Amino acid sequence: MNCRKDMIYLMHKYLDEELTLQEEKHLRLHLQQCEDCQKYFHELTRTDTLIRSTSVMQPSSDFTQNVMANLPQEKRRWGYMRWFKAHPALTAAAIFFILMFGSIFSIWDQPGQLSVSNDQDVVIKDGKVIVPEGVTIEGDLVVKNVDLQIDGSVNGNVTLINGEHLMASAGNISGEIEQVNQVFEWMWYHMKKFSKSIIDWAN
Amino acid sequence: MDLKIKQKIKQVKKGDQSAFEDIVACYQDKVYQICFRLIGNTHEAEDLAQEAFIRAYVNIQSYDDKRKFSTWLFRIATNVTIDRIRKKKPDFYLDAEVKGTDGLTMYSQLAEEQPLPEEELESLELQSYIQQQIMSLPTKYRTVVALRFVDELSLAEISEILDIPIATVKTRVYRGREALRKKLRDV
Repeated sequence: MNCRKDMIYLMHKYLDEELTLQEEKHLRLHLQQCEDCQKYFHELTRTDTLIRSTSVMQPSSDFTQNVMANLPQEKRRWGYMRWFKAHPALTAAAIFFILMFGSIFSIWDQPGQLSVSNDQDVVIKDGKVIVPEGVTIEGDLVVKNVDLQIDGSVNGNVTLINGEHLMASAGNISGEIEQVNQVFEWMWYHMKKFSKSIIDWAN
Repeated sequence: MDLKIKQKIKQVKKGDQSAFEDIVACYQDKVYQICFRLIGNTHEAEDLAQEAFIRAYVNIQSYDDKRKFSTWLFRIATNVTIDRIRKKKPDFYLDAEVKGTDGLTMYSQLAEEQPLPEEELESLELQSYIQQQIMSLPTKYRTVVALRFVDELSLAEISEILDIPIATVKTRVYRGREALRKKLRDV
């Protein structure tokens, strides 16, 4: 049979889905006429089907766990990262507190750096800030890490941080006087300042 | 490729080990089947599939995102298995045929817990017979047959996995199929 070799080649091509339309037509026409080739073709397709039919095996059910257990150790960093990802709210809260307390304590712990919000009209002498007699400060006055003595007058609020208001003489303050000496007061002061700035910004 | 798997691979590359679990779950059947087709033994196939996944994990940095992940993974699986076949010494397995008994395996020597329904038994016998015929092929044909019929991979993909020209793949599929046709003709 001369036809055989070409035809077998075409049959394989058919099974590998590589036939052109023309070749397919050619093969089909031939199969209709040639009984031997028909039988051969049937055997080949059956072979493919049989092999395919047995490809349904599965590994044991704990396969994935076994693989995971045998992987080399990952870097520890990832363990934390995963925890953070799983608990976003806690992570955010933790970061907030770390930053907040960190900044508060670092600012609080700065040793005695004297500062005055308005140093043009005041006199700094003997470890205290004096608003001299006859001087009127327009606007708020903030004094840090130093005592304050007001002989003149202040046209606004006075805030004293880590210092005392020395009431040696009757100074004149038109606004409120506020003293902040404790960490928690300090925190409170900052929170108020922060929320006030938000409100100002919102307005 | 599945977008989710792509995402997981990225995570694994960054160092997140737990993302690898989904990748294993997604491909374990295919990898196991390829290994089984090549080695012909369930116990060893599982061991090899596991090794293939571990190697894939260790070498994940060398995987190129632009290429198909399954191609890369199957290549590792075939390489691991072929290495094992080369090194393999004659060994003792329950599914191995007992000498001089004509088709009897050690499994048939074990007491059966409960009799299998006839139909299931027949299909099991047929499966093990087909696998025996595949095992009798030389490794290079067996490899092609395993890849061609386990995941319906295209000839082009097989050529990429095995790193051989596509014409060679065609020839091997052709010859492998012819050899199996003769063996399975009378089933």
